[in-house]
Amino acid sequence: MSESQDDTVVDQPANFEFTPENLEEAKRLIAKYPPGRQASAVLPLLYVAQRQHQNWVPRAAMDYIARMLGMPAIRVYEVATFYTMFHLKPVGKYLLQACTTTPCWLRGSDAVVETCRKKLGIGIGGTTPDGKFSLIEVECLGACVNAPILQVNDDFYEDMDAALTEQLLDALARDEVPPVGSMTGRQTSAPIGGPETLTSLRFEGDGDAA
Amino acid sequence: MPKLTINGSEVEVPAGVTVLQACQAAGVEVPHFCYHERLAIAGNCRMCLVEMEKSPKPIASCAMPVGEGMVIHTDSEKARKARKGVMEFLLINHPLDCPICDQGGECDLQDEAMAYGFDRGRFQENKRAVKDKNLGPLVKTSMNRCIHCTRCIRFATEIAGAPELGATGRGEDMEVGTYIEHALTSELSGNIIDLCPVGALTSKPYAYVTRPWELRKTESIDVLDAVGANIRVDSRGPQVLRILPRLNEDVNEEWLGDRGRFAVDGLMKRRLDRPYVRRHGKLQEAGWGEAFAAIAARMKGIPGDRIAAIAGDLCDAEAMLALKDLMAALGSPHLDCRQDGARLPAGVRSGYIFNTTIAGIEQADVCLLIGTDPRWEAALINARLRKRYLQGGFKVFNIGPKLDLTFPVTQLGLGPEVLTDLADGNHSWVPTLKQAKRPMLIIGQGALARPDGAEILGLTRQLAEQAGLVREDWNGFNVLHLAAARVGGMDLGFVPGEGGRDVAGILDDAASGSIEIVYLLGADEIDMAKLGSAFVIYQGHHGDAGAARADVVLPGSAYTEKDGTYVNTEGRVQLGRKAVFPPGDAREDWKILRALSDPLGHKLPYDSLGQVRQRLIEVNPVFAHIDDVAPSAWGEFGTIGKGAGEAFAYPIANYYQTDTISRASPTMAACTESYRANTSPKTGTHG
Amino acid sequence: MLRDEDRIFTNLYGIHDAGLAGAKQRGDWSGTKDLILKGRSWLVEAVKDSGLRGRGGAGFPTGLKWSFIAKPDGRPAYLTINADESEPGTCKDRDILRHDPHKLIEGALLASVAIDAHVAYIYIRGEFYNESVALQKAIDEAYAAGLIGKNACGSGYDFDLYLHRGAGAYICGEETALLESLEGKKGQPRLKPPFPANVGLYGCPTIVNNVESIAVVPTILRRGPGWFAGLGRPKNAGTKLFCISGHVNKPCNVEEELGIPLKELIERYCGGVRGGWDNLLAVIPGGSSVPVLPKSICDTVLMDFDSLRDVKSGLGTAAVIVMDKSTDIIKAIARLSRFYKHESCGQCTPCREGTGWLWRVMERMVKGNASVEEIDMLLDVTYEIEGHTICALGDAAAWPVQGLIRHFRPEMEARIKNYRDAAARRAAA
Repeated sequence: MSESQDDTVVDQPANFEFTPENLEEAKRLIAKYPPGRQASAVLPLLYVAQRQHQNWVPRAAMDYIARMLGMPAIRVYEVATFYTMFHLKPVGKYLLQACTTTPCWLRGSDAVVETCRKKLGIGIGGTTPDGKFSLIEVECLGACVNAPILQVNDDFYEDMDAALTEQLLDALARDEVPPVGSMTGRQTSAPIGGPETLTSLRFEGDGDAA
Repeated sequence: MPKLTINGSEVEVPAGVTVLQACQAAGVEVPHFCYHERLAIAGNCRMCLVEMEKSPKPIASCAMPVGEGMVIHTDSEKARKARKGVMEFLLINHPLDCPICDQGGECDLQDEAMAYGFDRGRFQENKRAVKDKNLGPLVKTSMNRCIHCTRCIRFATEIAGAPELGATGRGEDMEVGTYIEHALTSELSGNIIDLCPVGALTSKPYAYVTRPWELRKTESIDVLDAVGANIRVDSRGPQVLRILPRLNEDVNEEWLGDRGRFAVDGLMKRRLDRPYVRRHGKLQEAGWGEAFAAIAARMKGIPGDRIAAIAGDLCDAEAMLALKDLMAALGSPHLDCRQDGARLPAGVRSGYIFNTTIAGIEQADVCLLIGTDPRWEAALINARLRKRYLQGGFKVFNIGPKLDLTFPVTQLGLGPEVLTDLADGNHSWVPTLKQAKRPMLIIGQGALARPDGAEILGLTRQLAEQAGLVREDWNGFNVLHLAAARVGGMDLGFVPGEGGRDVAGILDDAASGSIEIVYLLGADEIDMAKLGSAFVIYQGHHGDAGAARADVVLPGSAYTEKDGTYVNTEGRVQLGRKAVFPPGDAREDWKILRALSDPLGHKLPYDSLGQVRQRLIEVNPVFAHIDDVAPSAWGEFGTIGKGAGEAFAYPIANYYQTDTISRASPTMAACTESYRANTSPKTGTHG
Repeated sequence: MLRDEDRIFTNLYGIHDAGLAGAKQRGDWSGTKDLILKGRSWLVEAVKDSGLRGRGGAGFPTGLKWSFIAKPDGRPAYLTINADESEPGTCKDRDILRHDPHKLIEGALLASVAIDAHVAYIYIRGEFYNESVALQKAIDEAYAAGLIGKNACGSGYDFDLYLHRGAGAYICGEETALLESLEGKKGQPRLKPPFPANVGLYGCPTIVNNVESIAVVPTILRRGPGWFAGLGRPKNAGTKLFCISGHVNKPCNVEEELGIPLKELIERYCGGVRGGWDNLLAVIPGGSSVPVLPKSICDTVLMDFDSLRDVKSGLGTAAVIVMDKSTDIIKAIARLSRFYKHESCGQCTPCREGTGWLWRVMERMVKGNASVEEIDMLLDVTYEIEGHTICALGDAAAWPVQGLIRHFRPEMEARIKNYRDAAARRAAA
C-alpha cells in the first residue's frame, strides 16, 4: 500500500514459502497465462501469500514470488507498493475498510468512521491492542447506490449508519460474521422497498432462486 | 521518408523516428528530461510537449512517431504554455537548494527553468519530503530533488542489466530507489549520475568538492582497462577531481565503468613524487642526478645480456618505445610487456587484437567466450554484448567457469578439452558456429596467461579458421586484454629479441643471477620475490610492489599527467592528454628515459614528443592511425598441439582493485568492502 | 418509460437464479452457436448497426472499435474485459458480474469471435472479491456445459476465458494501465500510439471493452440491431444501466433508455430528491470525472452522451451523484480531488504533482482559507494538467474542479469572505 514505504519497523520473517496446497494453487494461477508470461501471475500470487500470512505480505514472500516468477525482486516491490490491497505490515483480524469517497460521504460515511474510531479507540491506520481490528480509509468501493459501505476483509457491508456500524462491530467482536450485503435487509441495488422495474417478468423456476 | 513541417520549415526524416528526433535533425531544440536516446522511451516528464496541428492536445514529441504531413509547432503559444505548466509542476516540490547542490551549473532543470520557469512560485503548500537512500559508496542521493524521470531505473534495467532500481509507491508518494536499502551492485552504476537530469543522484566521492565552472576539462583516454574508454578529465590546479565519459560510439558510447570513473582519488595517494635510492637496505630520498648516477654506476661494465626490462600495464607507448630503444642500445634482448605471461603472438597483429571491434559486436549473431569474464575484464565490452543480446538473435556460449554477465550464457565446458574437441570439429556445437552468419569468439587472458597458452591460442585459431570466423568481410577472432599498455607494447615490439627471455625467463634468470639488472617500467604485477638479488630500477607513479622492491625509484607520471599514446584491445590508437602536472619531482616517462640514456652513454635520438611519435610510426605504421583501427592481415600464430591443462580461471577477482591506481584509491577500497558485504553469504536476518 | 420486455438485464437485482439454469430461462445462451457461425464480419456489422457506444465512459462505438483490430499476422488476438469498475458513483458492472454473469460470458465469446480472439481475460477490481467468486462459478459452469472452452457451443470455435483480479488501483480502469497490470506490472498507462488494437496485451492485438458493453451484445444480436438502435435517441442508442446515488430517497441501479430526462430518472425510479426537487443543489451526472451540473441545468437535461456534452459535462458511466441543498459542494468536490491525488499513478509530471496541489488548495477552499485570486489560480492549474498527460486521469482530476468553479464560484468566494471576517473578528476581540 502506498501510504508508507517504510516496512523496516516491522518484524519481518526470515523465510517464506507457500504451503503445499498454495503451491498447487500458484501453479494453477500461473497456467492461466501464456508460457513466458508468468509475470502476469504476480498479483494473484501476492494474494495467495497475503491470505496465507495473516493478511499481510512480508518481504520474504515478495522475494519468494520474484524467484518463482523469474522477475527481479524490485519489480515485485514496485507492484506490491503500487496496489493498495497489499498490506506490507500486519493488520488486525478484521480489517475495516471505510469508504469515504463523495458518494459514501454524501450518505454519512463520516458517522461510520467516527463510530469505528470511538468504539475501537483507534484512528485511521490503527490496530486495536488485541490485534482484532484495524481501521483504514479506502477510496470508492463501487457499490455507491448502497452507500455508505464498510468493507470487512473481503466483504461489503452496505447501507450503513452509526447504529448499524455499532451492531456490526459488536458482532465481529464476538467473532460472529453477519451476512454480507445490505445491513438494512434491502434487496441488493434495488430501491428501498423493493424493485420498481422488472416486476412484470416471471421465469420458470422462480422461487428456488436466491 | 515522411515529410513534415516543423516551425514552418519542411523536413524529411527517416520513417520510424520520433517527432523529437525530427526536431533535433531540423536543428530545433525541444527541452526534455525523461527522454534519452539510449534508453527506452518513457514519455513521463511531459516537458517535450509540442503542438501538432489537428490534434486537440499537445503531444509528447519524444514518443510520437513522425507521420507524413504532420505540422509541428514547438514554439507556439500553446506549446510554450504547456511546457511552462510542466516546469511549474516540476518545481513545486523541488527544493530551492541549488546553492548547495552539486548539480549546480550542469543541471538540466536549472537550465530549462531559466527558459520556462517563473521567478516566483504560486505553490503555497508544504513541499514534499523524501527520505534519502543509501546506494553505496559511489552514488549520493538527495531524493527531494528527484523529478521521477526514471532514467536511472531504465539504465539499471536495460543497459547495466542490474535491475535493482525501481519506483515504489504511487502518485506523489512514488519514490525511486532499491526499496530494500543496499548498495548498487552494477559496475556501471556511476553512469546514473550522468543520466540524472537533476541533483538527485550525484557523485558521493565528489560531493561538495567544486563547481563545474572552476574545472579545467581535458579530453583523454581511460587506462584502467584495455577498452580505451574516451574520458574527460576534470581538474583544478594540480588535482584531478573527477573523470567523466566522453562520447565515442565506436568504443564506450557514452558510458564509463565505475573503476575508470571513481579510482581517480587513487591519483593523490601513495604517489612517488621524488627519486629514491636504496642505501644500507633502505630507500632514501634522492635527487635526479643521484639516482641516475647510482644506475650508471651499477650498469657500468655489465653486458647487455645481463640486463632486462619489463613494461607494466598502464604504460604509454612513448615510454615503452624509449625503454625499448635504450635496451637495444645497451645490447639487451630481454624485454617483455606481458607481465602475466600471456602467450600473445609477437608479429601477427590480428592474433592479439579484438578484430571484430567493439562496435562490430552489434553485427555478430553468435559469440563464444574462451577463458574470459568480460563483465569484470572489460565492463563496457560486456555492456556492448548485452546491448547486442537485447537486440535479439544473439547467443553467447562459454568455455570456463560459470559466468554472470547480465544476459544468458550457455556453458560448453570448463577448459582446454572442450576447446580441443571444437577445434577438431568433433563437438556437437560446431555446426552452431558454422551456421552462424557472423560468429565471433573472445579469448581472454585466463586462457592465454598459462603454460599451455600458446597451444590454446593455436587451437582457437584452428577453430576460428575452420568454423568460418575469419573471412574477407568479417573477422570474428578477438583477444580481450586487461592492460591498456598491452597492445601498444606488442605493436612496438616490446617482446624478447633474438635470444631474449620473456617475463618468466627474466625472473628465472634474475633468481639464478644470470640477469643482474632489471628495469621495471610501471611493472607491479610480477612476483617480486623471484627477482633474487638483481639490481631493480622501478620507474612509475605509485608506491606499490615494484617500488618496494626497487634499488632505485624514478618517479614517473600517471596517465592524467602526460601526453601518451595507448592502443586499446581493438588495436585502436588513441591519445591520452596531460590534464595536470605530475607531483613533486615526477616527470613524464619518456623524458626520464631520454634523460637517463645520456649518463648511460646511449643518448636517445629524440628531444620532443613529436620526434618520439615519429619514431613510433617508424617502428610500426599503425601508430599513425590515431583514433582508428588499422586493418590487420590474418596470419599464423599459436602453437599446434593439444590443450591439456586444467580449467580456465578468470584473472580478475575484484573488479574494483586491479592496478596501482585503483589499489591506492580509498573509493575503490570502499567499493571492495561494500561489494564483499553484498555478495557474502547472507544470514537469516539480513536486510 | 422502458418496458420490462426491452430491458436486457432481467436479473439486475439478483432476485432470480444467477446460475446457468436461471440464465437460460432468461434467454441467455440461446442460439449462440448460430450467432458464432454467422462469422466475424456479420458480428462486427451487427454491433455497428446497433449503434452501441462503449459503456465504460468514453462512449466510443463498440463495433467500430472491433473493426480496428490488427490484421492477422501470426500473433494471437486478445479480448480483455474491463471489470475494474472504480469510478466514484458507479456500481452497475457489479450487478452484471454477480447477478447476470452469463450475459457477460456469452458476450465475451461472441466478441472474441468478432475479433478472432481465442483467449479473453476479465480484469475485475480486487475489492469485488465476492463478485469474482460468483463470476468464476459461472465461468466454471459454462466450461462444464461446453459453452466455452474447446469447441465452444459446438461451433468448432475454441475459446478460453480467464478471470484476473486487480488489487486496488483506480487507474487500472484505463485500458492500457489495465494491460500493464494484467502483465504483472504497475498499472501505469502506456504511450499511444501504438494503440492496443495493434500492440496490446503481451504485444498482441487486443480489444478492451467494458463489462456492460460486452454483456449487452448477445441480446442485441438475438433481438436484432434495429431493436437496440430504436431505443434511446439518435447517435445515443439503446438502454443503459444508471446508478443513482447520493441525496435521493431511494438510491438504486436501474436500466433505462439513453436520453431519459435526468429529472424523470430521479423522480420515477429513486423516489425523488431528498426534500423534493426544489431541494436539489447539483448533480454529477456521469461519475466523479465529469463536471458537476447546477439544478438549473438538471431541470431539463437529458441523460445521453451528446446532451450532457452540450452542457459541458458528460454521460461518463451514467453514475448520477445527487446532492441536495444541505451539501457542502466545495467539500464534495475537494473529496474527489483527494481521490484523484490518491489514484494518480505518478507517471506524468502534471498529474503526479498537480493532483496533490489541487487537493491541498481545495482543502483550503473548503475552509475559506484562501484568497479570491487563488480561485483563478486553481482554475489555471487545472488547465495546466488537462490534456498534458498520457492518460485521461489528469483530465478527470481537472474537470470536477473546473465544474465547481464554473457553477459555484460565488459559494467559494463567500466561504473565503466568511473565513476572513471570522479571522478579523478574532483579531479584533
